[in-house]
Amino acid sequence: MTNEKYIRKYPIFTEEMKKDYTILVPTMLPRHFKIMLGILNAYGYKTHLLDNMGQNVINEGLKYVHNDTCYPAQLVIGQMIDALNSGKFDKHKVALMITQTGGGCRASNYIHLLRKALEKAGYGYIPVVSLNFSGLEKESAFKITMPILHRLAYAICYGDLMMDLVNQSKPYEVNAGDSEALADRWTERLTRQMTTGKLSRKTAKQNYRLIIEDFAKIPKQGTPKPKVGIVGEIFVKFSPLGNNNLEDFLVSEGAEVVVPGLLDFCLYTMYNALIDRKLYGYNKKSAIIYKVLLELFASFQQDLINAIKQEGSFNPPMPFKEIPPLAEEVISLGVKMGEGWLLTAEMIELIHEGAQNIVCTQPFGCLPNHIVGKGMMKPIKEKYPKANIVAIDYDSGATKINQENRIKLMLSTAVVTQDKRPMFQK
Amino acid sequence: MADMTEFTRPQNENFIKLGIDIGSTTAKIVVLDGSKLLFEKYERHFSMVRAKTLELVKEARPYLEGKTIKAAISGSAGLGLAEEADIPFVQEVFATAEMAKNIAPDVNVVIELGGEDAKIIFFDGGIDQRMNGTCAGGTGAFIDQMATLLDVSPDELDDLSLDCKKIYPIASRCGVFAKTDIQPLLNQGARKEDIAASIYQSVVNQTIAGLAQGRKIEGKVMFLGGPISFNKGLKKRFVETLHLSEENTVFPKYAKVSVALGASIYASKQDVSFSYNELCERIEKAKAAASSVQTLEPLFSTKDEYIEFSDRHKKAAVEQKDISSYTGNAHLGIDCGSTTTKLTLIDDDCGILYSFYDSNKGEPVEIVRGQLEKIYSLCGDRIKIASSAVTGYGEELIKHAFGIDFGIVETMAHFGAAKHFKPDVDFILDIGGQDIKCFKVRNNSIDSIMLNEACSSGCGSFLETFSKSLGYGVSDFSKMALFAEKPVQLGTRCTVFMNSSVKQAQKDGADVADISAGLSVSVVKNAIYKVIRANSASELGENIVVQGGTFYNDAVLRAFEKEIGHNVIRPSIAGLMGAFGAALYAKSNIQGESSIITKEALSEFTHTSKSATCRGCTNNCSLTVNTFSDGKKFISGNKCEKGLGGTKPIEDVPNVHQFKRDYILSLPETPSAKRSVGFPLGLGMYELAPFWHAIFTRLGFNVVLSGMSSREIYSLGQNSIPSDTACYPAKIMHGHIEKLVGLGVDAIFYPCLTYNFDEKAADNHFNCPVVAYYSELLHSNMDSLKETTFLYPYLNISNEKELARGLYDYLKTYFTDISKSDVKAAVRCGYEAHEKYMTAIENEGEMAIEFARRNSRRILVLAGRPYNIDMETGHGIDKLCESLSFVVVSEDSVWKKASEKPNVNVLNQWTYHSRLYNAAKFITENEDAELCQLVYFGCGVDAVTTDETRDILEQGGKLYTQIKIDEITNMGAVKIRLRSLIGALNERNK
Repeated sequence: MTNEKYIRKYPIFTEEMKKDYTILVPTMLPRHFKIMLGILNAYGYKTHLLDNMGQNVINEGLKYVHNDTCYPAQLVIGQMIDALNSGKFDKHKVALMITQTGGGCRASNYIHLLRKALEKAGYGYIPVVSLNFSGLEKESAFKITMPILHRLAYAICYGDLMMDLVNQSKPYEVNAGDSEALADRWTERLTRQMTTGKLSRKTAKQNYRLIIEDFAKIPKQGTPKPKVGIVGEIFVKFSPLGNNNLEDFLVSEGAEVVVPGLLDFCLYTMYNALIDRKLYGYNKKSAIIYKVLLELFASFQQDLINAIKQEGSFNPPMPFKEIPPLAEEVISLGVKMGEGWLLTAEMIELIHEGAQNIVCTQPFGCLPNHIVGKGMMKPIKEKYPKANIVAIDYDSGATKINQENRIKLMLSTAVVTQDKRPMFQK
Repeated sequence: MADMTEFTRPQNENFIKLGIDIGSTTAKIVVLDGSKLLFEKYERHFSMVRAKTLELVKEARPYLEGKTIKAAISGSAGLGLAEEADIPFVQEVFATAEMAKNIAPDVNVVIELGGEDAKIIFFDGGIDQRMNGTCAGGTGAFIDQMATLLDVSPDELDDLSLDCKKIYPIASRCGVFAKTDIQPLLNQGARKEDIAASIYQSVVNQTIAGLAQGRKIEGKVMFLGGPISFNKGLKKRFVETLHLSEENTVFPKYAKVSVALGASIYASKQDVSFSYNELCERIEKAKAAASSVQTLEPLFSTKDEYIEFSDRHKKAAVEQKDISSYTGNAHLGIDCGSTTTKLTLIDDDCGILYSFYDSNKGEPVEIVRGQLEKIYSLCGDRIKIASSAVTGYGEELIKHAFGIDFGIVETMAHFGAAKHFKPDVDFILDIGGQDIKCFKVRNNSIDSIMLNEACSSGCGSFLETFSKSLGYGVSDFSKMALFAEKPVQLGTRCTVFMNSSVKQAQKDGADVADISAGLSVSVVKNAIYKVIRANSASELGENIVVQGGTFYNDAVLRAFEKEIGHNVIRPSIAGLMGAFGAALYAKSNIQGESSIITKEALSEFTHTSKSATCRGCTNNCSLTVNTFSDGKKFISGNKCEKGLGGTKPIEDVPNVHQFKRDYILSLPETPSAKRSVGFPLGLGMYELAPFWHAIFTRLGFNVVLSGMSSREIYSLGQNSIPSDTACYPAKIMHGHIEKLVGLGVDAIFYPCLTYNFDEKAADNHFNCPVVAYYSELLHSNMDSLKETTFLYPYLNISNEKELARGLYDYLKTYFTDISKSDVKAAVRCGYEAHEKYMTAIENEGEMAIEFARRNSRRILVLAGRPYNIDMETGHGIDKLCESLSFVVVSEDSVWKKASEKPNVNVLNQWTYHSRLYNAAKFITENEDAELCQLVYFGCGVDAVTTDETRDILEQGGKLYTQIKIDEITNMGAVKIRLRSLIGALNERNK
C-alpha cells in the first residue's frame, strides 16, 4: 500500500551494523519494552532502553521538533537527542528505534520528524529503525521476522499481565512496594527466559499461572477503592514521561488504576486491515494473513484470561473479540486513525468492568481524539449515565496543577459513588 | 454579611466550620457556627499564598479560639498548602456544588467564573460538573487583560459597557485571539463602550459554547465568582443571552465566598478536627516547607556582570539634538502600534530632535494630534517638517487623518532603523507590546519574516499585565528579576499556560523576584523557540539587533543574550525603532513638498467615528467610519475594496478562489425531484461537492447545499461542539448541519472518507482524521440530526467499483427504489463531474497566470486546503490579496505544472498536502509566482506540512509566507504580513 518513493535519502540500518551498533529505544512502557528488547537481543541486535527523563528531554524536544507537533513526538525525539548529547554512547555506533503506526494520523510521521531533528542537531548520520507491523521502511536490515513477532506477542502478554496485576495489588498492599518489586523480579526472569529458553505456549501458560499465584500471595488489606480507568493516545496513556506519572498520582489519591493493555492495540491494528478490506476493498491478498495472526494472538490473550480466572483473585481483561461490538454502540469501526474506535471501546469496556471513572488522555491538539475521545463522551454518558469521564490534555506547556485539579474533580465524584463494602475477607 | 435566611442547615453541630478558598489571585475565608456565618473575608494574595492564608486565619481568631474546628481548603492555589499542612482539601467545583445543594437546593444550574477558570454545574438528572479545558479564554484574568488593553480599570470597563450601541464579534475561545480582534477595532476608532460590551459578550459566548456544549441552560441559574459579582455589564449580557427571567436569575450575596462556604460544608463531613493553635501551626509549618519548583540560573551572578552589561548597551545610542536651538528641515516618523504610539522627529543628519512613546490609550488619532500640536509649537518658525511617514497598525488611519506623506509596512520601517545601527545586520528581533516580529536579512533585503501566533503570545504587554496583577509596576518588577537567585521555569506556550505555570510556582512558594525572572526567560524562549523556531544561536545570525519596548527591560535583554549565547545590539531607542525607521524612510524618499497637515489646519482638526455595516456583499463586514474636520472620510474594517465609498473600480481580475466559489454555488438544484438531500458545505465537501452533486442528482435527489459559511452559521451550531481546540472549518460544520435541518431536507449527506482520491503524487492518499471522521462526531453530538436522516457511509472514492459497491450497499437500506445499476451509472457521472471541475480549475489557473504575465502582476498561490475558499473560515484573504495587486490562484490549479515531484523529508501521505508540495515546487520554478500557505489553528497535520513547504521554497530561493487563521475576523495582521512580503519582494528586485 505504501511505497514511500518520494522520501529523501537517509542512512539505512545495514546488516553489518547489526553486529556492533547499539539501538536506543525510548521509554514508553518500561516493563513491556524490557522484555521485548530481551527478545531482540536474542536475535542478534544490541538494544538499550533509555531512561533519561526531566526538563532536558522536553527542552531538546522543543528545540528540534515543530512546536505544534504532538507532545509524544517532542518527548520521544527529545529523549533520544538528550541521550546522544549525554556522551554515554558512541555516536558512530548507535541507531535509534521508533514506533510507526502507518495511518492517516501524523504519528506515522514521527520517524521522519526524528530524522529531520537528527539532521538539525548534527546527527544526520545516525540510522533510525522503525518498529512497525505495517511493512513500512522495507530497506532496513532491522526486520521483525515471524519468529520475532511471535515472541514479541508473548512479551506483550507478559507485560500486560504484570501491568494488570500490579494495578490491582498496589493500592491494597500491606507492605508498600511489594507489587512493583515482584513485577521487577518477574521481568528479569522472563527477559532471561526469552533470551535463552525455548518458547512454547505451554511455558507461557505456566508462567502466567506462577506470576498470578505470586501476586495473589502479596499481603493486602482495605476496602475497595474507586476504580479509575486510563485511556488515550498510546504514548501519553502508557508513558509516565508523557502523562506526568498519572498512575502514581491516581494511586496516591486513593484510586485503583485500570489500564487496558498494549495487546489490544496490536490486535486493533490487525483488525483494521480486515475492516479496510470490508469497507474499501483493500488488502485483498493480505487479509487472510492478518486474520490468522489476529486469531493466533487473540488466543494468546485467551490463555492469559483463563489463567487469571482460574486462580480467581484478580479481574481479567475483556477478550478482544468482545471489544469491537462495544465501540459499535456509538461509533463505526471505520474510524481507524490514531487509537480510533479502540479508544472509544475502551471507555465503554472500562464502564462494564466497574471503572466508570475515566481519564481520557491526549496530547494537546490530538486530531483523532477530537472525534474518538472528546467527541464520543456525549453518547457514552447518555448510554451510561454513571460514566464520569475527564479529558486531560498533555503538552510541554500544560502544568501539572491544572491537570491534577481537573482529575481531582473527577475523583470527588468517583468517591461519592464508591461502594464502601470491605473487600478482603479474612 | 450574607443573608442568614438563605442557610437551611439545622444548628446541631458541636464544632465551628472553617472554609478557605485560595484562587489564582485571591484568598477567601469563612467561619460558620452551624448555619450562622460568623466571619468572612476576601483579599488578593499577591502570590503570597501561605502568608495571606495565615493572616486571614489569625484575623478570624476571635471566632476560632477555644473551639473545635473542622476546616477544609479549596481552590487551585490551595492544593499545595493543603497537602503540606495536612488539612482536608476539596476540589473547588465540588465545593461549589456542595454549597449550592445545601444553601440553594432549588437552583438548577450554577455558572461560576473565576480568575482563570470557568465552571458550570447542572443539578438536574444527576450532578454534571464541567470545567474549562486548558485552552480557554473568557475568564477574570482575560477581562483584566482586556481592561488593560483599553487602558481602563475593570470598574470603568464595566461602566463603559452599560452604554453600548453595537456588539462586535470577538473571538471568544482564546484571549489572544480576542486581543487580535479588539486591537484593530481600537485603532480604527470604534467606540470603547461597544468594545467593552463586546468583550463581555465574548465571555458569555465562551461559557455557553465551551462549557454547556449543547446542554440547555434553563431553570433557576445561579451566578458565582468574582467577575460576575463585580461586573454589572457582564451580568446583563448573561441574562440577555440566556433569556433569563428575574426570578430565575440568582446573584447571591455570598457569591464571592461561595467556594469557601462549600469548603466549610465539606469540612463538616470530615472526621478530622483542629484547635486554633494546631491550625496556625500547620499553616506556619507549610510556609517553611521547601519549594519543589524547577529553577534556572540567575540572570546575573555578580554586580560586575551587570555593570559590564549596561555599559556595553549604552554605546548603541543616537545623537540627541536640542530642538530649541536647531534650524532647518526635520523629518517626522510615526509608529502607530497596537498598544503604543511612538513619534520621532529627526534632523538632516538623523539626530533626534524630539521623540515620544506612550500607550495610545485606545485613541491613537487624539494622541497624534496632541503630539503634532506640541511639535509645531516646539518647531516655531525655525524648523520645517519636510517629510513624514507613518507605520504600524494605525498606519492608514493616521495617514488619512493628518496628510502624512508615506505609509510603510512595519517590517520595512524596522529594517531601515536597524541598518542605521548596524549596517550589516542580519537578524532583527522586535518584541513589542502585542507582537513579536523577527526577520532575517540576506543580500540587504528581508529574507523571511516570522510573526507570533496565538499559541506563542508572551510579549511585552503580558509582562505588564502580569506585574500589575501581582501588584507591582512593570519597571520595579523587572528590576527585581535581575538578581533573582532562582528564576522559576514557567514554560513557553501561551499566556493562559503561563498563568497556570505561575500558579504552580505560587503553589510551591516561589517568590516574586524569581517569578519575574522566570517570566523574562519565558518571553525570550517563546520568541526563540516558538516564533523563530531556531535550533541554535548561529542560526539566528552574527549581527543581531533587538528592539521593541520590551527590550528596555534589562531582564529580558539579558535572558536573550544568555539563551543565544552571545551579545546583541539594543539601540538606546529600542522602543522607537519603528518611528525612527519611518522618519529615515521619509527623509530619503521625499520629493517636493510634504503633504502633512499645516499648523493652522491642525488647530481646527476634529475627528469622529461611528460604526456601520457594509452591504457590499453577503459578508456584512463591520465597518468603522472616521470623519475628519475637512469632511474627508476613512473607512476601515472591510475585507475587500467594496464599501470604501467607491475609491477604486473593481477590475475584472481572474481569481481562482472566486472561480471555485462561483462554480460550487452555481451547482443546480432540481426542485422537481421526489426527495432532497442536503450537503453541508465545509471541509472535504468543498472539493467534492460537484462529485457528490452529480451522483445524487443522477439518483433522483434534489441536492441542496448549505451555502457559504458565515459567522451566523457558526453561531447556529456553536453549542454542540465538544472539542474547542479542533480547527475552525470543522467546528463550523455544526452550523451547516443546523442550517440544513432547518431547511427541512429529507436527508443530510456527509460521508466518512479515510482515503481521498489517489492522485498518484504521493506515498498514500489519506484525508486528515478530522476531514475523514468528523461525521461521527456530528452524529454523536448534534441532537438535531435525530430529526432527519443522516447519511455518513464509509466509502472509497479512489476506486470507482468499490465506491459503487459501498454506496449501493449503504443507500439500499434507506431507499429501496434505488438499484445497483442506478448507483453504478450515478458514480460514473460523479467521476465525470469531478474531472470536469478539476479541469476547469486548471484552465482558470492557466488563464490567471496568463493574465498576470500580460499585466506584469505577481502570481500568488494561496495554498492549503480546498476549503480555504470559504469566505468565513478563509476570511476572504484571497480578496485582500487581490486588493494588494496579486493574481490569486489555488494550489489545485497549478500543482501539476511542477516539472517534477519534490522530494520531501516526511511521509507524503495526505492528498491535499501532496498538492501543496508540488505547488511549492512550481513556485520555485517561476520567478513571478509566490506562495502563501493558509494554516488553520489546531491543525496538527500542518505542524508537519509547514516546515516541508518552507523547505521546498527556501531551497528554491523563494520566500515562505504563512498565515495562521482561526475565528479571528480582523485582517490587520494578515495585511501586514502580505505587505511585508510585497516589501521584501520589492527590495529583492531593486
